[in-house]
This record gives sequence, structure tokens and C-alpha cells, in this order.
Amino acid sequence: MHRSKSALKISIFGLSLALSTSAAFAQERKVNIFNWSDYIDESILSDFTAETGIEVTYDVFDSNEVLETKLLAGGSGYDVVVPTGTFLERQIQAGVFQKLNRAKLSNLTNMWADIEDRVAQYDQGNAYSINYMWGTTGIGYNVEKIAERMPDAPLDSWRLIFDPEIVSKFQDCGIHLLDAPTELVPAALNYLGLEPDSKDADLLAQAEELLLSIRPYVQKFHSSEYINGLANGDICIAVGWSGDVLQARDRAAEADNGVSVEYTIPKEGALMWFDQMAIPADAKNVEEAHEFLNYMMRPEVIAKASNYVYYANGNHASKPLLLEDVFTDPAIYPSDETIAKLFTVTAAAPRQQRLLTRTWTKVKTGQ
Amino acid sequence: MLIGVPYLWLVILFLIPFLIVLKVSFSEPTVSIPPYSPRLDISDGMSALWQQIRQFSIENYVFLIEEPLFYRSYLSSFTIAAIATFITLLIGYPLAYAMARAPRSWRAILLMLVILPFWTSFLIRVYAWIGILKKEGLLNQVLLAIGVISEPLTILNTNAAVYIGIVYSYLPFLVLPLYASLERMDDSLLEAAADLGCTPMKAFWTITLPISIPGIVAGCFLVFIPAVGEFVIPDLLGGSETLMIGRTLWVEFFNNRDWPVASAVAVVLLLVLVVPIALFQNAQARAEEKAS
Repeated sequence: MHRSKSALKISIFGLSLALSTSAAFAQERKVNIFNWSDYIDESILSDFTAETGIEVTYDVFDSNEVLETKLLAGGSGYDVVVPTGTFLERQIQAGVFQKLNRAKLSNLTNMWADIEDRVAQYDQGNAYSINYMWGTTGIGYNVEKIAERMPDAPLDSWRLIFDPEIVSKFQDCGIHLLDAPTELVPAALNYLGLEPDSKDADLLAQAEELLLSIRPYVQKFHSSEYINGLANGDICIAVGWSGDVLQARDRAAEADNGVSVEYTIPKEGALMWFDQMAIPADAKNVEEAHEFLNYMMRPEVIAKASNYVYYANGNHASKPLLLEDVFTDPAIYPSDETIAKLFTVTAAAPRQQRLLTRTWTKVKTGQ
Repeated sequence: MLIGVPYLWLVILFLIPFLIVLKVSFSEPTVSIPPYSPRLDISDGMSALWQQIRQFSIENYVFLIEEPLFYRSYLSSFTIAAIATFITLLIGYPLAYAMARAPRSWRAILLMLVILPFWTSFLIRVYAWIGILKKEGLLNQVLLAIGVISEPLTILNTNAAVYIGIVYSYLPFLVLPLYASLERMDDSLLEAAADLGCTPMKAFWTITLPISIPGIVAGCFLVFIPAVGEFVIPDLLGGSETLMIGRTLWVEFFNNRDWPVASAVAVVLLLVLVVPIALFQNAQARAEEKAS
């Protein structure tokens, strides 16, 4: 869901792509795409333009909130956007999107039924969206620093984060949590053995108490700094998104700086999320948007994207085309046993959302 | 005729946006585009407009009063801005003084050095402080190397880093007006004081400092007012305990999608800041009167 290495690079790339192709194709076919930063193999876009003659303008964002604010303000100018499931659900209610024209999406047959079923709770009947990537919210850690401080640390459990006695051992080497109540509160509820999707005030109070008990050991709540932090060895534990932690792992390995990073999906279960491609109701290039979505559902295209970004996709037919180290990595494609323990959450109503954010502010400020 | 131009400017760039924000602050959040109602659409006709206005409520302002988070954010922002302004003054005054006392041929170069950082993006300059202040950062490495400390200091993600960021970013805003008022000072005043047996120290306190007060006031307001609403510095350098109104507003607007409450926060911030701004204008006007 969340890559932030080089938003600028991709924007510039998008611009140059738009410029170079406008010369080659005189006709005015174009599509404006708004996706997460560093979340695609850029050659997919140039291949698409080469094949269809549709000019691609590719812009990037780095948080669901920024995307949502643009969509809710209206007239975003984008033809394809990629919100996460919980946000998509509320945006559908707000009338942000148009229904997909399934007749124009012949590659829908390639999609993975299990993922479509899970997405249906946000988008009934998958009427408005198509899965791009999915992943989990788990724990990334610095192998050496953890072993130094606690050789028998429970690396397969949320106790690493939520047990004050354990987490306090790592206070000195830096702990980051995602700055997202919709990610951390469900994790806390799940750890307490409660319904992770609950919006009940009493249960939220219990989650708040748990989070406050570990608050003194947390250095920062932030949703992207941990990628660099883990890779450079500045921090030793982060609750983060799977692909981002794996990106930190690869960067550390490339830098050869003596830092090794691992990602774990705790045995108690973890949040599973879905980034969905959808077409805004006020999109101007609806035909081209459908063509782009259909192109992205080709097994070889979406496999190329997964091989590049290290996230799992929702395309069943693409599985044989994935790189060995992507498909066999349990951090990207977890085993069926692990998948069975993953949970999902739904969008909060405005009043519930306020309660959730209030809880979160209390946790963050420690008051 | 010409007197109307600045007012027209004020109406277009300030009053109209303010009225839009004010209007949103009286509405309530909804799941729609835009995410609040009533929408107040002039094209619906005057009677419909009146109907919409009657739906306005002050509920969001009541919420601001009831929820302790908000006054704590305002209070904390004012405290941080006030302390940062004071530190900026302590550093900026000697700087401006030295610049004003420097040989005339140097002054242009010194002035240039103060302005030079503006040639780089504000965001990038604040970001650079992350590299300096972090645990394995430049500052800790230097301090460790020369043996001042034995353990790296935790500065990044604390309020201390926010103070450093504000002082660094706003220092030129204080130095420039202060330099202007010090540079204009008539040197013969100091010569006369010396002739009459006044020590340089006493001459500074009785002559230089009072004369530079308009510069101090202007500089402090130019630092204090933007620092109160600062968002980038606390977001990049501050820790989780750093509570500032700019961040609280961001959370209301983006995370809660509560445009009405976010607008109410902005309106209250503006009203609270109008007081120091009015004081500033007043001081400026008086200084100009004195000068003429």
C-alpha cells in the first residue's frame, strides 16, 4: 500500500512519458492515473502506451487521506485511482465512483476468487473496483539489535509490541508504529482476543489502555519514516506494511551496512488490506480507464508489477508468472494457514471515526 | 481612489477565503462530495439559500470548547512559539548588532549570507535537520568524536528538535528588521554618550536597545505568528508528544474528514492571532509616526 521512495522520480517519469508519447500519437486518447508512490514497474506504463496509443499521465500520493480529500473535494481530474478497501467503502457511499462496465473488462476471469470475496465486504459484488495489490500489517525488525537485547524474543508474536515487559527492552534502539488508528487499534483488539473490527466504545477503551501501556517505549508514530529507519539501522522495530518492510530489507541488503531486516506476520493474526483500482464518477476518459484496467488484469502485466513492488496481487492467473522469490516468500504470499488467521476491518461511521481518532490522539500524546 | 487598492487586495486574498472557511465551520460533516452540508449554493435561488443558512449550527465550536485536546493544542502551540521566539531573539540580536556594526563594505555580504538560505526550499532545509539531529546523525557523531558525550543524544522527534527547527527557519525574519533599525541608528549618539563619560555597556542599555525596540517588536511578531500555526517543522522534527494546532487541524481535516471542525479550528486560530497581529500593526504605526 505504501511506498514512498521516489515520488518525484515517478512524477518526472510520468511527465516525460506524456511528452514523448504526445509526439508519437497524434490522436487525443489519454488516461490520468493516481496511484501510491513507487508502486509500479514504470515499464508497464510505457508498454501500455506503445500498445494502445493512450497517453498516460501518472501521479502519485503517499496516504489514503490525501487521495480521499482530493476525491471528496470533487473534480480531481483522475480516471483511475487506487484507494485501500476501508477508504473505498466510504468513498462508494459518498458517490465518488462509477460502476465498472464489466463488458469492457474481458480479463476479469483472471482474478482470484478468494480475494474478490474478501473485497466484497467493502465493495459489494466487486461492482466498483478491481484489486491491484494486497498485503498485511505486521512487524518489521532489525535481526541483530533484537538478538543482542533479547536472544529469545517472541518474534512470531504481537507480544513483541504489546507486552510492556518485552517491548521495554527495545526502547533504546527505536520503535516506530504506523500513524494510523485503523491499523493499530484492530491489532490491539485482536491481541486482547476481542473482535478486531469492533467500533464499540468499551472495547476501544480497552485497546486504548493497552496502547497507552506501551506508549512510553514508542519513539514515533509515522507511516513512512520507518522504511529508511529500518534500512539504515536507526530503529529496530516497526509495525508497518508488508511491502514497505520488505523494501527496507532489500535496501539494507543492497547497502551492505551490517543491518538485516525481517518481516513477520504474528501468529495471533494480522490485518489484511486491499488496494483497489477504481474509476471516479466524474472521470473524463472512462473508455481509456477501462482499457487500462483490463490491461492491468493481464497475468503477465500484473506479475511484472508484483515482481517489482514485492506485494501480492489479486490475479489468480498471474501466479505461475511470478518470480520464485516473490511467490515463495511467506511475507508476500503467506501460507493458507496464515491467511486463515488474517482479519479485515470495515470503515467507521463519522461518529465512530471521531471516537477512534480521539483514542488515537490520546495514545500518541500519551495523555 | 488609490487607497482602495490594498483593501480590494485584502478582500480578494483574505476576506473571501475566510468567509468560505467560516461558512464550512457552521455546517456538519456528511458522507458526500463535498463532505459537509448544507452546501450553500447561490444558484439554488435566494429562498433556498436562506433555508440553507437556517441549518447552520455552532455545534462545532461547542465541540472545540468541550474537547480538551483543542485548548491544549492552542496552548501548547503558543508556548512553543513564544519560547522559540525568545531563543531566536537571543541569537538574532547579537547577529543583527554585529552586522550593523560591521564595516560598511562587509554589510552587503553579511546581508547576503542571511538571505542565502531562502534560495533552497524550506521543506528541504527542514528535512536536512533530520540528517543532522538523528541518533547516527552529524551532530551526535561530532559530539562523540570530540568526547563531549559518550552516548548519542536523542534530539530528533522531541520538542527540542522543534525549537531548533523554528529558530533556524525563522531567524532571518528576526535579523532583517532588527538589522534595519540598528543600521539606521545615528553613531553620533554613542559618541556623545562616550564623551559624557558613559561606559559602552551603559550606552548600549540606555541608547541602542531602546532605539532598536521597534525592530525587536517587528522581528518577534514575524517569528511568533507563523510559528504558532507551523505544521511542517513539528511534523518532520517533532515527536509524538509534540502537540501543535497545525497538526491537530491536519488530523481533523485529513484523518477524520471533518471539514467543519477543521474549519472551526482555523477560524478560532485566526481570531486568536488577530490580537497579536493588531498589536503589531499598532506598534508599526506608532513607530512610523515617531520617525516622521
